[in-house]
Amino acid sequence: MANQATHGKPVSQSKIVRWIDHRLPMFTFMQHELNEYPTPRNLSYWWNFGSLAGITLVIMMTTGIFLAMQYDPNVNDAFNSVERIMRDVPWGWLIRYIHMNGASLFFIVVYIHIFRGLYFGSYKEPRELLWMLGVVILLLMMATAFMGYVLPWGQMSYWGATVITNLFSAFPGVGSDIVTWLWGGFAVGNPTLNRFFSLHYLLPFIIVGVVILHLIALHQHGSNNPLGIDRKGPQDSIPFHPYYTIKDSFGLGVFLIIYALLVFYWPNLLGDPQNYIQANPLQTPPEIVPEWYFLPFYAILRSIPNKLLGVCAMFGSIITLFLVPWLDTSRVRSAFFRPVYKWVFWVLVFDCLVLGWVGAHRPEGIYVIEGRLATIYFYLHFYILMPLIGIFERPLPLPTSIAEAVLKKHPAAPAPASAAMGRH
Amino acid sequence: MRRLALAAAAALAFAMPAFAQDESEPPLPHPSWSFDGIFGTFDRAALQRGFEIYDQVCSNCHSMNLLHYRDLSALGYSEDQIKAIAAQKQTTGGPNDQGEMFQRPAQPADAFVAPYPNEQAARAAHNGALPPDLSLIVKARAGGADYVYGILTGFENPPSGFKMNDGMQYDEFFPGHQIAMPQPLTDDSVTFADGTKATLPQEAHDVTTFLAWAAEPKMEERKETGAKVLLFLLVMTGVLYAAKRKIWADIHGHA
Repeated sequence: MANQATHGKPVSQSKIVRWIDHRLPMFTFMQHELNEYPTPRNLSYWWNFGSLAGITLVIMMTTGIFLAMQYDPNVNDAFNSVERIMRDVPWGWLIRYIHMNGASLFFIVVYIHIFRGLYFGSYKEPRELLWMLGVVILLLMMATAFMGYVLPWGQMSYWGATVITNLFSAFPGVGSDIVTWLWGGFAVGNPTLNRFFSLHYLLPFIIVGVVILHLIALHQHGSNNPLGIDRKGPQDSIPFHPYYTIKDSFGLGVFLIIYALLVFYWPNLLGDPQNYIQANPLQTPPEIVPEWYFLPFYAILRSIPNKLLGVCAMFGSIITLFLVPWLDTSRVRSAFFRPVYKWVFWVLVFDCLVLGWVGAHRPEGIYVIEGRLATIYFYLHFYILMPLIGIFERPLPLPTSIAEAVLKKHPAAPAPASAAMGRH
Repeated sequence: MRRLALAAAAALAFAMPAFAQDESEPPLPHPSWSFDGIFGTFDRAALQRGFEIYDQVCSNCHSMNLLHYRDLSALGYSEDQIKAIAAQKQTTGGPNDQGEMFQRPAQPADAFVAPYPNEQAARAAHNGALPPDLSLIVKARAGGADYVYGILTGFENPPSGFKMNDGMQYDEFFPGHQIAMPQPLTDDSVTFADGTKATLPQEAHDVTTFLAWAAEPKMEERKETGAKVLLFLLVMTGVLYAAKRKIWADIHGHA
């Protein structure tokens, strides 16, 4: 990230900008990472979800800061303070519904982003650390979302917290001590709520830190692309700005329309009605269900009769993602050119949807069998199919360059926008 | 883009089953609600009739702790009317100069006065059952307003052979069908101030409208704001799309 832009060409006509940039090269940095940052010219709309995730994180943090100004993290007041935000705080209902639905949309966006990476092989050399940092972000998001869901102190908050923290009791020997330590007492109570609030406020800032690392790793080699082949020269690239700033802005518009529809017209569609009942430690709800974005993991947990093994299988499903760069043995990145993996990918998507479906139902009858089969298939996909398909599959021939493939698709397209690329 | 839309639809469909009704339960009635739909508002006359029912019938057992008398201005009551409504209830004030608590008439700034001082007193008066607080009942039950309406109109004689526990009533729409609440509303349970005939369906409809308002008092503001926000977003997204096409024209070779 050396200030290459200053070599020969001043960063701006403005004296003030040049004065600042000479001492703190923030304008050079932006020029380099946004204006000149070379991006494959063929990114599809699937590549919008990274910037959407970043924007959603900012929305969550700003709304969260304002909610925290009105929220009381005390078991006697938490539920009523949220209702006070909904009823008496000016525009409180708006801030809270944006935050509440933002959590769901954050996961939708991030799940699509992850599956995009899986389809186009974005985790392969040299982007392994980029991918693994993404998995770290997912883990931090899950912890943040879980603790955030406890804060309104509804029935599902309380019982969800009880079930999930109790998972740690599965550790042999020290399990129950760990749980007591997590709770700060002998049951989920006021100390638990206080620390969850504290951590729920802290973790997003750690996520921002990992996101910065994720972006540094991204900008080291640049984005992967739908063809999965490397950029070979200026004819394959376009500058990030204005091409992808405008494409991302349009995508953001579509995203905000969906977001607004949920917030203003179906704000409680993705929530559980039970969470509008204040937490009652003496009354277990008929069914304890986590938020929808945790259902596939919940299904894996419940499909294994042994508690410790169930917990291991659940956390293992995420640990598995860390190993994906080495489990996939194929040298071809994009599934476009992988006739077998392409189908197996969609079976995995379907498998995850089945797990989500199963997670929403009581583990009885058909759901037990479905859940077990889907769990087995999940692991089969990553530990058997991925390595073997990479070895035995015969990939289609790859195009020689991105530009060649683009020109074949759009014969009218002129050769690279040379004016825009002049700086490189 | 079509694929993205499909993915979004799949994600939503995937989220839905968590809230789906149990298939073995009878389908809930679906009366027409003034507050349904993206332009729905609360029918003020129904809200006032609904409040009359709550005030005269439900409030004998059910609290609404999250509401204040001042909130009733949203129903169309004047300040004086609200003062009069509040003053009918006695609440605990104080401490006074002697350090003693005392009973005084409620004021608009007070929360709705609860029928029982605590949960134990409520249970003691109802054979151990607790009448739930109604502030959020419409949002706290799957099925929402339809469910509440269903409960109020679903009291029946149990089907032959159905074993009832002591002190329980049969309700078609209550989970398990045995509800501790005696049938609260029948024809002419109240006399409406506006002269509307008080049939059971009318009463159930009006009190449910009132409870829907109580659970989500900012709904009208929300939907109005939503229309403006969406209009803005649609225009903005259209402009951004046009800009995107124009900027990308030299890359794609189409204008």
